[in-house]
Amino acid sequence: MGILLQVRDLKTYFYTDAGVVKAVDGVSYDLKEGETLGLVGESGCGKSVSALSILRLIANPPGKIVGGEIFFEGKDLLKISEEEIRNIRGNHIAMIFQEPMTSLNPVLTVGLQIGEALELHRNMNKKEAREEILRLLKMVGIPDPERRMNDYPHQFSGGMRQRVMIAMALSCNPKLLIADEPTTAVDVTIQAQLLEVVKELTSRLGTAVMLITHNLGVVARHVNRMAVMYAGRIVEQGPAAEVYAHPQHPYTIGLLASVPRLDKPRKERLAPIDGQPPNLILLPPGCSFMPRCSHRMEICSNERPELRPVGDGHFTACWANIVK
Amino acid sequence: MTIGRLLEMANDILIEIKNLSMYFPMTKGIIRQQKIAEVKAVDGVNFFIRKGETLGLVGESGCGKTTLGRCLLQLIRPTSGEVYFEGVDLCTMASDHLRSIRQRMQIIFQDPFDSLDPRMTAGEIVAEPLRVHTQLRGRELREKIAELLKIVGLDPSMTERYPHQFSGGQRQRLGIARALSIRPSFIVCDEPISALDVSIQAQIINLLEDLQGEFDLTYLFIAHDLSVVRHISHRVAVMYLGKIVEVANRDALYQVAKHPYTIALLSAVPIPDPIVEASRERIILRGEIPSPIALPPGCNFHPRCPIGVEICQREIPSLREIEEGHWVACHLA
Repeated sequence: MGILLQVRDLKTYFYTDAGVVKAVDGVSYDLKEGETLGLVGESGCGKSVSALSILRLIANPPGKIVGGEIFFEGKDLLKISEEEIRNIRGNHIAMIFQEPMTSLNPVLTVGLQIGEALELHRNMNKKEAREEILRLLKMVGIPDPERRMNDYPHQFSGGMRQRVMIAMALSCNPKLLIADEPTTAVDVTIQAQLLEVVKELTSRLGTAVMLITHNLGVVARHVNRMAVMYAGRIVEQGPAAEVYAHPQHPYTIGLLASVPRLDKPRKERLAPIDGQPPNLILLPPGCSFMPRCSHRMEICSNERPELRPVGDGHFTACWANIVK
Repeated sequence: MTIGRLLEMANDILIEIKNLSMYFPMTKGIIRQQKIAEVKAVDGVNFFIRKGETLGLVGESGCGKTTLGRCLLQLIRPTSGEVYFEGVDLCTMASDHLRSIRQRMQIIFQDPFDSLDPRMTAGEIVAEPLRVHTQLRGRELREKIAELLKIVGLDPSMTERYPHQFSGGQRQRLGIARALSIRPSFIVCDEPISALDVSIQAQIINLLEDLQGEFDLTYLFIAHDLSVVRHISHRVAVMYLGKIVEVANRDALYQVAKHPYTIALLSAVPIPDPIVEASRERIILRGEIPSPIALPPGCNFHPRCPIGVEICQREIPSLREIEEGHWVACHLA
């Protein structure tokens, strides 16, 4: 499989009255064609901002992509013209968001919204578009599509709205689908349905998927490789099975240990990560995780660790050598 | 269930709910309001909570669990039914009598951003219940506040700070300190960790457990995260569209669930382990959660149920005890 996307040393900062928020501070990852990459982390780690940066959807002001390169099919997305990136959005790279009610236009019918992408990117006329809209709605499992395409977003439930978003996103057969916390706002039974739909469709269409989430369970089931983010940087990445089985970064280890699991016997006490989430304006020098880390050493307060290999395709940004 | 056992347990029961219902009317018209429908948010619920235990209440959004918690505390007055707290029915109690009982029942809310007054300092927030229900003032009050903050793991020097100066987890601790301040015996925890980051959730769960042991607290723990509920609860009740569909001891529910909704719910929870996930059997429910305005006839769950039969479409199943301590509302259990 060829490499579809290469993010190199991406830096996106937000210039606020309180100071500079280094939301993404030197992030690099690759995505192969047809692969699913999970971008995992808690709120504020930079996962959504890094995805929005790919499509140059960062509001300026106060945000600015201040450094790095994003190669998609050989072109650096950060250097192409506004017209060229517009041609890529919704067409070659599509995105679905957490809150479908805020990303769907409330005054347009669902059919019109899906049709917009089809007319814009696939040059379809109204008749062709209508056929395609029906096909897409059926594909994502919306019952009674002939009637439903004339309904407005508020007439759909949360899970159904997300299916509409998935239909819109896949309407132009993109090479890459970015899903930013697509199931956080829906119930667990609907989450299971939606993720199965995404998995089934993207594997059928050969679409690569970047799944952004804080839910470690969702990642385990639905991704091939994963990258764990903390305070704007990737702290660990590798094949999902490997990272879960042999986590190397103290943050990943802590995160996995703090989550109660249904399949294991009940522990007497949960093992949380000490301390508070980082303040992105006042990050400590050296490793950002150091204040909460039980493996910290002197070098951690002075020098920021870079990603180094610890296994086959498995990397960690940590000075300590955690024994497997 | 022998009479002897019943009597033995009866002394232990702190809260008992009988046939509790909360129906919200939907009206049409501005000048003359006509009732056109009812939202049966809570529909004939029965359960009890023993002293010192944690009853977990799980269900997806719209099932009525939050409304149930508020009805229990009489924050909203239920449409019908009885809520016995230490043997006395709160539903028929007058407001001023209720006020004094309120000292013994408290609530922790889901949203650490919404549930704290942004114009009050941390100290003022924790002091408020004490000012209402006790005579503590001045230095004694200040000492009490400092003690409470320490109990929940906050630095007493933070009393002059405002909520926006705390992190989400710290604000939740503040909410807990406020709930604890007048030494309640019962606390409704309404999704207390859903809005917090994963790494902080465990901190708050541990805190709640420690406090339960230290202050002999009884909890109703309302949540949709089944893994967390399993950890903290002694018994668990599952709700669907306003009705309780299953109640059991924690281990019984998670290992031998009997109601098809519970089984589907458990199978939908993703487990953070790719190898386990790849080998799990998944029950993907068909369809959407119906609206509580237009409930289906018979069993509420039958349109989505993988094993439904004819009787399910006609007759509402009642909650029956099928094994000691294990109750299920299903014709096929």
